[in-house]
Amino acid sequence: MMKRNVNIKSMKYEDFNDNEYIEQMLKELRDNGTNVVVGCLDDVIEWGRSNSLWPLTFATSCCGIEFMAIGAARHDFARFGFEVARSSPRQADFIMVAGTITHKMAPVLKRLYDQMADPKYVIATGGCAISGGPFKKSYHVVDGVDKIIPVDVYIPGCPPRPEAMLYGLMQLQRKVKAQRFLGGLNKGISEKEYERLMREDTNKAEDYSEYDESGLA
Amino acid sequence: MENRIDMKEKIAAMKPSAVWSEAGDGMFRVPATSFRSLAEKLRHEEGFDFLRSLTGMDWGEEGLGCVYHLENTSTGENVVLAAIDPDRENAGIPSVHDLWKGADFNEREAYDFFGIKFLGHPDLRRLFLRDDWKGHPLRKDYDSSLNPLNMENEETSNDAPSYEMTKDGSYILKRHPLFEDQEYVINIGPQHPATHGVLRFLVSLEGETIKKIDVHSGYIHRGIEKLCESLTYPQTLGFTDRLDYLGAMQNRHALCACIEKAMGLEVSERIQCIRTIMDELQRIDSHLLFVSCLCQDMGALTVFFFGFRDREKVLDILEQTTGGRLIQTYNTIGGVQADIHPEFVKKVKEFIKYMRPKLNEYHEVFTGNVIARQRLIGTGVLSREDAISFGATGGTGRASGWACDVRKRHPYAMYGKVDFKEIVLHNGDCFDRYMVRMLEIEQSLNIIEQLIDNIPEGEWQMKVKPVIKLPEGSWYTAVEGSRGEFGVYIESRGDKSPYRMKFRSTGLPLVSCIDTISRNAKIADLIAIGGTLDYVVPDIDR
Ligand code: SF4
Repeated sequence: MMKRNVNIKSMKYEDFNDNEYIEQMLKELRDNGTNVVVGCLDDVIEWGRSNSLWPLTFATSCCGIEFMAIGAARHDFARFGFEVARSSPRQADFIMVAGTITHKMAPVLKRLYDQMADPKYVIATGGCAISGGPFKKSYHVVDGVDKIIPVDVYIPGCPPRPEAMLYGLMQLQRKVKAQRFLGGLNKGISEKEYERLMREDTNKAEDYSEYDESGLA
Repeated sequence: MENRIDMKEKIAAMKPSAVWSEAGDGMFRVPATSFRSLAEKLRHEEGFDFLRSLTGMDWGEEGLGCVYHLENTSTGENVVLAAIDPDRENAGIPSVHDLWKGADFNEREAYDFFGIKFLGHPDLRRLFLRDDWKGHPLRKDYDSSLNPLNMENEETSNDAPSYEMTKDGSYILKRHPLFEDQEYVINIGPQHPATHGVLRFLVSLEGETIKKIDVHSGYIHRGIEKLCESLTYPQTLGFTDRLDYLGAMQNRHALCACIEKAMGLEVSERIQCIRTIMDELQRIDSHLLFVSCLCQDMGALTVFFFGFRDREKVLDILEQTTGGRLIQTYNTIGGVQADIHPEFVKKVKEFIKYMRPKLNEYHEVFTGNVIARQRLIGTGVLSREDAISFGATGGTGRASGWACDVRKRHPYAMYGKVDFKEIVLHNGDCFDRYMVRMLEIEQSLNIIEQLIDNIPEGEWQMKVKPVIKLPEGSWYTAVEGSRGEFGVYIESRGDKSPYRMKFRSTGLPLVSCIDTISRNAKIADLIAIGGTLDYVVPDIDR
């Protein structure tokens, strides 16, 4: 029987507020039980993963400036393993939705999310990303990014203070620690399923071929 | 005042059909059909070379139209015109894009929001909303259920429509391709670290040389102006901070000042003084961030850390008094939210002492750097005429030799009483745009230094009724924001919420000139040009 926990190095367990969601994940993990070898391997992998989560540079508005502030010298999220922000979704582990998402941006955000490699996470930062914030009633604002992509952590505020953002990022680390990589997250898909998905993608690509020619894809 | 009466007679003589309406700031109302010839005369004979603001309007029964704020940059005269077309379904107003280049994007915006056709405009696409958007959201009869969230990827059309009027009064629609078939077009953005937010460029290249740039914006269009129409005046204050969040103080200052002007309320000297100091602190904050981001884009990461280090010091001071780091929501109608913190004066003085020598650090690391100089000097030149014609105010205009500082042109708050230099450079290239901001930080420090010991005693909040109703009329007030003239236009019908509220974006003119100044530059220079223009995207899109 393995004992998994969600302790992270930067902050003591007791210092976090109660978090039913993570406790629930942990309980499921413990109840289901795991093989010792796989479990130990999992521990190592999750330790590594939770300490090197790389964000995608993604900011649409005000909250993005605070996101930059946590990357700079005073708050410095590299201390906790969020080392570098990546400009390409292919290299990023999570996307921090910092700012208002509008109707015109929504498909773009979805596409960025789809382009990221699994396992991937989403943090909704600030009132706008959580619910539309001050612009909830607008004709052009999405009232909550969880309507278009699944969200793992919500950080309220307008904008959230850098400290709040760091707290939210650590919650993500805890979530990662409560996951099971082997046999869980990286479930292999069958060859048939893979082929089907590939075909779907190619068909889609054909739809766009018209634009490719004029260079306007 | 004298000027205006003079102009009034002149315009009445030029166009007998123009009707003077007195309410508020006052404006000339002109039927759409005779607008064009009046505009031409004002531009060419009277020297009104700066289109300060262009506001689309829905006047209900009276029809649709636009309000134009014009200024003569050599005499400082101002004139306000309104062009009206009573035909709501098929409103058409002659385009003035050839008289003022800045009208190009503004007319596209008015078309997007109100469906007004600008006759003769060469490229009347929507500016902010998707091409397949139904209806025009700022019209009073817009039905918001028409446009649910659409998750289909947007198609980029290659057509630029234009409308022309035939003799019998009907329109013909013409379409021209934006890019030719054999052109090599690449897409930059909307998710790109060097576009400073969600802006998208389609760039046509020949080798590495830029042939043409087509700007797509609207990815952060939040519909603030429409939202304001359903809120009371004190409630609208919350939005201005979130437009250009690096000019939060100044933006809100403009809105408060505009409402105060309409109410006929004079605020105490203490309030004026606090507002001025806060505006300048904000400017320093913004310019530091500008330098940080520019240098980061160009690979000088050290300066990024310098900038943020010093910026945090400003934020600490702001936070102590206002409670907010980035979004302070500090100004109120008739005052400020709270009196300054007891330690405010001490902290600010410490900061001034700290900041002055630190500026040398930036100059040592970046300004004198050979690579930086080679990339900045001579690239992306914006001429003075173009700057005025586009309405590119702020540091960008001043780097091109245009003395466009609102603090000097129309002094407000304490700016008439303090001694500071308006930084004007003449090359109009990236390097001058960078230097203007560095030098302005020093001037801001000077302004603060003169005021900080002399904050007069008095009230920090005047007595204002909780429900504010403005009289009928229209007002325009501008302040010098962190990156140019930020203006607020309010039209009131005597209610407790505005009939129309428009914000003159500081950034829209800056991106509208990017095509002109980037042509024949190298693709890598686009990063330096975009960085030094210093726009903030939510402020463009509103
Ligand atoms: S939550 Fe507030 S600070 Fe963040 S993007 Fe929205 S309006 Fe700006």
